[in-house]
Amino acid sequence: MIQGLDGAPQGPPLPVDYWSMLFVFVLATFIGLGVIRRVSRLLYTPLMSLTNAISAIAVVGSIVVAGADYPRVIRILGAVALFASMTNIVSGFLITDRMLKMFKKQ
Amino acid sequence: MTHAVAQFAAVLATVLFIFSLYWMNDPKTARHAVVAGVTAMLVAVLATWIQPEIVHHGWVVLAIVAGFIVGVPLSRVPLTAVPQRTALSHAFGGLAAGLVGVAEYYLWLGERSAQLTPFRMSALVAEVILGFLTFTGSLMAAGKLQEVKWIPQRPVTYPGQNVVNIGVLAIAVALGVLIVVHPTAAWSGHAFRAIAGLALLFGVLLIIPIGGADMPTVISILNSYAGLSAVAMGFVLDSKLLVTAGALDGSSGLILSIIMCRAMNRSFSNVLFGAFGTVRKTAAIGEQKEWKQETVEGAAQLLEQASRVVVIPGYGMAVAQAQHKVRELYDQLTKRGVTVQFAIHPVAGRMPGHMNVLLAEANIPYTALVEMDDINPEMPQCDVALVIGANDVVNPAARYAKDTPIYGMPIIDADKAKTVLAIKRSKNPGFAGIDNELYVQDNTWMLFGDAKTVVGDLVKQLAGGGLH
Repeated sequence: MIQGLDGAPQGPPLPVDYWSMLFVFVLATFIGLGVIRRVSRLLYTPLMSLTNAISAIAVVGSIVVAGADYPRVIRILGAVALFASMTNIVSGFLITDRMLKMFKKQ
Repeated sequence: MTHAVAQFAAVLATVLFIFSLYWMNDPKTARHAVVAGVTAMLVAVLATWIQPEIVHHGWVVLAIVAGFIVGVPLSRVPLTAVPQRTALSHAFGGLAAGLVGVAEYYLWLGERSAQLTPFRMSALVAEVILGFLTFTGSLMAAGKLQEVKWIPQRPVTYPGQNVVNIGVLAIAVALGVLIVVHPTAAWSGHAFRAIAGLALLFGVLLIIPIGGADMPTVISILNSYAGLSAVAMGFVLDSKLLVTAGALDGSSGLILSIIMCRAMNRSFSNVLFGAFGTVRKTAAIGEQKEWKQETVEGAAQLLEQASRVVVIPGYGMAVAQAQHKVRELYDQLTKRGVTVQFAIHPVAGRMPGHMNVLLAEANIPYTALVEMDDINPEMPQCDVALVIGANDVVNPAARYAKDTPIYGMPIIDADKAKTVLAIKRSKNPGFAGIDNELYVQDNTWMLFGDAKTVVGDLVKQLAGGGLH
């Protein structure tokens, strides 16, 4: 069974507690709405590149698919996904920093 | 042991991501946001990598190196190209989710089909549909923004378009429901491939009727989809970290979409299915008035004698790459004690916040950048409103002309300034194809020409060098 960061790496597959996942999703969305609403309007462009890099946390799923002992075809799919996520992480954080550096008070 | 490390890393990364977004509330603390984000990412990646089931390290290293090779140049694009870079990264996010979804499905189908519970199967279908439609939709958006030759810039519409679009999505969802109910039927593999194909097709169909002026909204919506596809991936992989990070991204895209829609007085469905920019109606201007042209000398004098100047930049400024000349103009005027501010419309440019970044790049202090709602009450006290490459966002027809597509859109009240100077490349109407009566107002003077050249000439005139 494939597991992300939270999963048990070994042993028989446990039934996933989808209800608590839904809870996490709902609560995280509300935290997101609360935090994002306070973001400075000046910074919407860097905000978008930052959240882009953050959602590329999908990289943790891709690492498992690409690196575990699965059939070759599956690992190729995983490696392409890993490449795509990694590109977002690298370019997302670098360009966010590049833009934020430009905002000066005087 | 490694399991506990992974759990702890996930919690730590979640906290850091939330702080990262929190620090974006002020340009002063914003750079901490990047440090927090990078730290969280490193922690999460390392904690995953040390798990015992990862055995093919070469593959992981190879993909990461490839990501760096493509990612670093992508982060160095000119700031005018940031919208297409952003669209491209949404495409990559969607692609990753879609591919992992396909991989997971075949793994489970082959080895442990008992794992394909209805809930998990629903999450898989959602992941694949959202991931692949975000992938092709964002690629199309990036192509339109980059003005790639074989992607039409103007909205492409045909009769029954919405029926076709909704039909394609409906078939994909219906097939999805079928395989949720019968995950291991003999035909389920075909159905799964059909869902992926339809989602890819739907992404293309969704974006072709959309024009350039709607790009800020569309990019925000695709941002939201990219986040949601990461959430679906989190459900599939049973990762709360992924669900949380995806939800943060999704809610950010949602808020930006709402702000963009409000700034155009339009609804989501209107943006996605309305094909803005195809309507070519002319605002009813009672009498046909003449444009009044001003010379550079005269305009420079007007600016010099003002005590308060508000510059209203639009996408035309970015196209002409005039922002650095605008900074020189800002320096010339502030040196003379003129107060210069920049009025930023939320949808000016091709993505949310685009104008702010371009002006910040030109070293204009962010304290001089003022949002539409804050500047509008002060416009009557403004001596000169200088419009540079903006059009629809200053068109007074938005207030009353019900037959135009911009009706009801909040605008920057340039027309209420004592004098208006407008720099415009040609006499053609703007993106929405509507005449702008601001240009024929009694107190408006036009400066025709490329924004960069005209602003450059103004700077030379003010610097005392005269022209040429």
